[in-house]
Amino acid sequence: MNPHLSFAELNARERVIQLLDPGSFREMLGPAERIVSPHLSLLGVPYAFDDGVVIGSGLLQNQPVLIAAQEGRFMGGGVGEVHGAKLVGLLQRALQVRPAAVFVLAESGGVRLHEANAGLIAVSEVMRAVLDVRAAGIPVVMLIGGANGCFGGMGLIARCADHVVMSDQARMSMSGPEVIESSHGVEEFDSRDRALVWRTTGGKHRYLMGDCDWLVEDDLDAFRDVAIALLGQSKVLTLQSLLDEQRMLTDRLSQVGDCDEATEIWQHFGVQTPDRVADMDAEQLRALNASQVKGIS
Amino acid sequence: MNWQALSLALFGELHAIARTGDVIHGTAQLGPELTIAVVGTADHAAIGVETALAQAQFVLDTVVNHPGRPILLLVDTQGQRLRRRDELLGLNRYMAHLGCCVDFARRSGHRVVGLVYDQALSGGFITSGLMADACYALPEAEIRVMRIPAMSRVTKISEDLLEALSLTNPVFAPGVANYVAMGGIQALWSGDLKQDLLDALAATNTVDARATLGAERGGRALAARVVQQVLVA
Repeated sequence: MNPHLSFAELNARERVIQLLDPGSFREMLGPAERIVSPHLSLLGVPYAFDDGVVIGSGLLQNQPVLIAAQEGRFMGGGVGEVHGAKLVGLLQRALQVRPAAVFVLAESGGVRLHEANAGLIAVSEVMRAVLDVRAAGIPVVMLIGGANGCFGGMGLIARCADHVVMSDQARMSMSGPEVIESSHGVEEFDSRDRALVWRTTGGKHRYLMGDCDWLVEDDLDAFRDVAIALLGQSKVLTLQSLLDEQRMLTDRLSQVGDCDEATEIWQHFGVQTPDRVADMDAEQLRALNASQVKGIS
Repeated sequence: MNWQALSLALFGELHAIARTGDVIHGTAQLGPELTIAVVGTADHAAIGVETALAQAQFVLDTVVNHPGRPILLLVDTQGQRLRRRDELLGLNRYMAHLGCCVDFARRSGHRVVGLVYDQALSGGFITSGLMADACYALPEAEIRVMRIPAMSRVTKISEDLLEALSLTNPVFAPGVANYVAMGGIQALWSGDLKQDLLDALAATNTVDARATLGAERGGRALAARVVQQVLVA
């Protein structure tokens, strides 16, 4: 189809348009409507006409879907009042129109500090809205491939979704390395050690741990292929699935809770050549997972 | 207020709340026929993988063994634990799991009330108190993401401007009153705490109405309107 398009290099709106069937995207509350953050201008900070998130409806393989994409180039994708409310509105709309899936192209450092209180509350509102949609049997799918990663509150929201898809360049965690370094020093977490950052928060580690369900190359069509495969693939939370998750997370703590390095964890779970993981591409990682790793989740 | 004093104020002697590490957990009697499950953290705990997992276990045990029993989530946290090891193990997954368990309990017919009884900083209570049917706070509680001097350093906005704006705009400055104005905190408990809890349990509402509340109170004018605009777009 397309010649290779880097997901990471596209902006939020381009990602949405390229991911969906050609010409099918209809944006809601787009830039022309200028629904902006009133708080940023009070602080003398530039605002964006879409408050850093693109939302709307469209078709994927001819099936109706809802979609949101955070713009990492605007305030790091931070969640403020309007930004968060657009996500909540889209998820509530899903309950009305029952799309084949809701896709969230997450790229965010979490709560936007300039509107921190509103952002914090909004994150919990998005979590509850995600879980409402999930409980209704409509799959919520997180697609994570932007350069800014998926951190803080967005990292929590991601793990409430039915499915998490990451590129091997993407990152997901709670606190970013810079926050940990500024709190406990460079000995705790050297945020400039790129290899360490990737081993700790990157897509490959998350995939080998089972924290993301799909690992793809940084390629728009690779994301699209997985998105199509996940249409209608709901994973409703049940008491049994939560008990299973509890057992898995308990086992993870007892088995690898003392490991200091991702490579030790991978080795523990059966990766015979942990030192070579960094050089593998997504396809090799997937093969490794299928052949060696004994199921962490 | 520490957790022992709070337990006494809420339940008198009629409770069996204990502490294991940073987690407090147990049950209390609100009446002859009314037992409540209580779980939370103490002493400004940092929420790490163990703390999140232990709270999730307690919530799941309550759902399994005591269907319908109301749950009180007690919040006192300095925020998520800022350690590389917790991130390596997937802290966001552990915390989100706690949030999913609280949410599941609500859906399964448990009334869930949160109470910030000391401090709630940053992401530490997103997956506990803020996932309850409603979250309350004591008037002397502290809720914030970041203090103004630190916020000034990160955002490069002068402290003077931030201080001045914080007098009229609740959107970024620390303070429990700001969270009430924005609808994130339902109300403050300042009278008879046990009665406040009983009233909260009677009033719980499984629909998330916080954005509407924020608009009615004038602290969050846009969120509810934007949600509505998306619904009719």
